[in-house]
Amino acid sequence: MRRVLVVEDSASTRALVKAIVEDESLTEALGEACECVEASSGFDAMRLLPRGPYALIISDINMADINGLELIAFIRKSDHHRATPLVIISTQTTKRDVERALVLGANAFVPKPFSPETLRKALVNQLAHVG
Amino acid sequence: MEKAREDFLSEAQELVDSLSRDLLVLDQQTRRGDSDPELVNDLFRAIHTLKGLAGLFGAARMAAVSHELEELLDDLRLGRVELGVKVVDLLFRGVELYGLLLLAEKGEAPEPTRVVEEFLFRLGELTHQGGTGGASQVAQYEIDSSILGVLTEYEEHRLRTNMKAGVSLYRIHVALALTTIDTALDDIKAAARPLGEIITYLPSGSGSDADRIELDILMASHADLDGLRAAFRGLDVAVEAVKKRGGGDSSAVARSAQTPDPPQSPARSSPAPVPAAVPDDGLDEAVVTPWPADVALAPVERAATASLGVAGETTGSGLTLPPAFPPVGADGAQGQRDNRDLSLRSVSQTVRVDIRKLDNLMNVVGELAMVRAAMGRMTERVRAEPQLRAWGSELHRLQRTFERHLTQMQNGILEVRMVPLGQVFEKLARVVRQISREHDKVVNLVITGAETEIDKLIVEELSDPLMHMIRNAIDHGIELREERTLVGKPAAGTVALNAFQKGNHVLIEVEDDGSGMSPERLIDTAVKRGLLKRSEAEELTTREVYNLIFLPGFTTRETATDLSGRGFGMDVVKTNIAKLGGVVDISSAVGIGTKITITLPITLAIISVLGVEVHGRSFAVPLASVEEAITFDESLVRNFDGREALTQRGATLPICRLSRLFGLEDQASPPGESRARRHAKPCVVIASVGNRRLGFVVDRLVGQQDVVIKALGKSLKSVRGFAGATELGDQRVGLVLDVAALMEEFLASDKERISEGARAR
Repeated sequence: MRRVLVVEDSASTRALVKAIVEDESLTEALGEACECVEASSGFDAMRLLPRGPYALIISDINMADINGLELIAFIRKSDHHRATPLVIISTQTTKRDVERALVLGANAFVPKPFSPETLRKALVNQLAHVG
Repeated sequence: MEKAREDFLSEAQELVDSLSRDLLVLDQQTRRGDSDPELVNDLFRAIHTLKGLAGLFGAARMAAVSHELEELLDDLRLGRVELGVKVVDLLFRGVELYGLLLLAEKGEAPEPTRVVEEFLFRLGELTHQGGTGGASQVAQYEIDSSILGVLTEYEEHRLRTNMKAGVSLYRIHVALALTTIDTALDDIKAAARPLGEIITYLPSGSGSDADRIELDILMASHADLDGLRAAFRGLDVAVEAVKKRGGGDSSAVARSAQTPDPPQSPARSSPAPVPAAVPDDGLDEAVVTPWPADVALAPVERAATASLGVAGETTGSGLTLPPAFPPVGADGAQGQRDNRDLSLRSVSQTVRVDIRKLDNLMNVVGELAMVRAAMGRMTERVRAEPQLRAWGSELHRLQRTFERHLTQMQNGILEVRMVPLGQVFEKLARVVRQISREHDKVVNLVITGAETEIDKLIVEELSDPLMHMIRNAIDHGIELREERTLVGKPAAGTVALNAFQKGNHVLIEVEDDGSGMSPERLIDTAVKRGLLKRSEAEELTTREVYNLIFLPGFTTRETATDLSGRGFGMDVVKTNIAKLGGVVDISSAVGIGTKITITLPITLAIISVLGVEVHGRSFAVPLASVEEAITFDESLVRNFDGREALTQRGATLPICRLSRLFGLEDQASPPGESRARRHAKPCVVIASVGNRRLGFVVDRLVGQQDVVIKALGKSLKSVRGFAGATELGDQRVGLVLDVAALMEEFLASDKERISEGARAR
């Protein structure tokens, strides 16, 4: 069972991501099931990070208090998570923020809105070669 | 996915609600001439989230509207568009539109295509007139790029605005125990608020400590370093002035943040090694640098912090304690340990619960109520045995305690289910505005009692009936302006929506000051539509005449309008209200107006009933409609036109013999019942619904109980007169009478047919 941390302040977006992460089709593609761990804010993520490891982290950018960029920077310099694949989900309008996220060490960007298939593909891409 | 979609709708609704609240505050601020950047940002974030949601769940129109609104708010928060009354108006319009769009998403209304287009057009006019405010000139920045690199565009804008205003930047380092993080942050925010603006929270430290996190809070403030340190005294934080790029002496920065410094920073630390996962294409070192492993501050600064005594105060001897090991006093450490078990505390204090889960809980309470009833009887039996007296009183005490707690639990669950009627009324207010506009009638809606609470399930079912009633009131009731002036009424009509609680019922009145209903005209219409024979009409009471409007197919309109008069509506209203256990009453006066009153039970979840026996069978009469029970004296029965009645306190009370109505008379009693029946004292249970009264003749009263009604199965659904079945505690199943329906059918005078019908069943 691989654990995936989802950091997103919208409950329904989290629910959607969770459904995709825990869907059987992803399990089939990876040969292993994924379990979704949900964080509703940057702080929540800070709480949950030490409870890792996580196979992958999915994060929004535009969040109150600790934003997604700060979270990425933090994750990339932490001992435990510096190599954990990081997927950003955010809207296209925050183009500059997205570029920044990639520079800071995010591995992929999936623009919102996304179809389940788009996110699934991105997850498979990131998870397949990590093994 | 279904779950996610449900979540989407309720989250979107919540977002729209909070948007609406925030807008009201913004409106006030705008009128006063000030504005809170955080509020505008909250609005932006809410719209941004809505847009994301709408896109994810395929709500294209909502996404389009959100996209444009987001642009507008982005312009507002980045200072590209001036905040004014016109903008706020448009934002309000947007919230209204979200309401329509959400209804459409739920399938409860058509897509408001035209309105959306119009709105988008107006928005477009506004956003595109805004000039180019020289937005992102990051290069001019004087802040260390290690900070810049992790700021979102908005945070960067706030930073720039503050720098332009000559405000100094500070970094507040703090280590927070995860257990107490929420309260600790609140304290810090409260201390910071009067002095300036928190730009962002930068997590620092290694992240390997599972119990606490370290933060650098970036704050802009007019206050000087000493002032800030004084403000944060006692909060275990270390305050430092932030170095500008190329700045040497930090106190110089604090004094004059705007002084352009040479771009090269001697104090700048080398960037952290770029992790392997970072894609190396498109990396622009000149503009963006990854967050360095070390905080880019001169050691001098830290020494200053300590020597000024702020950190020293809390650490005692911690003069050289670096921020990575935060000053934690003995008391603080103790506090952290004490709170450790609170660690996974959720940030939010509210939970969203599916009403069905509450129904299930209520069902369990219902079962417990039955257990209680059975236990009560057993306790009475034990107490009656002289040799078991000690046990009996012990049992009795336990029974009382159980009863008390059960009542508390029941009330608790009921309370959770209660919502104020204002929820529906608000929606109706919008409807009234819309209808009166379309109809060119001026109508004032006067609402009283919006705070009256009622079961959530009932509220959900109320909006449609109430909407029909209000439409009728405006369409049929309120006259055209000229007509009103002609008869000396104010040109503006009034529709009053009143709610209040009366015992276990909630009454809702829809009252208009329109033309009223003429009984003659109602009769003429009913006869013309073949719903009534002319000969029958003469026997109808005024009340019965008004009730004609509840007949399916009844309409006084020759042609249907958009609003009402399509021949359905009031009969649906009545059916829907009856389903909720309520009744509808009408009173009207020609030329003065019409008042329709809905009487509803407060909750559907549990009801108190009076258990009765008829011909050896158990029935339950909902206590809410029982007025009293009196002994039945056969000799006092009088006959009016084939109807039996008693005279009670000077008023005529029609009676209904349940054994006859249900066709039990000619059936053999269940075994063992004949003896009981001989000793039974027949009673009349006087029931009233609205203004109507009827006495049910029963063989015996059993007692009062609280029960959960179980609906009759599908095959029995068409049987009228029963609300459902229930277990009456002594393992006997009894039918619960639907008093309103029984009364209606019985008083509808066609009792022959009913009793035959009942027999056939």
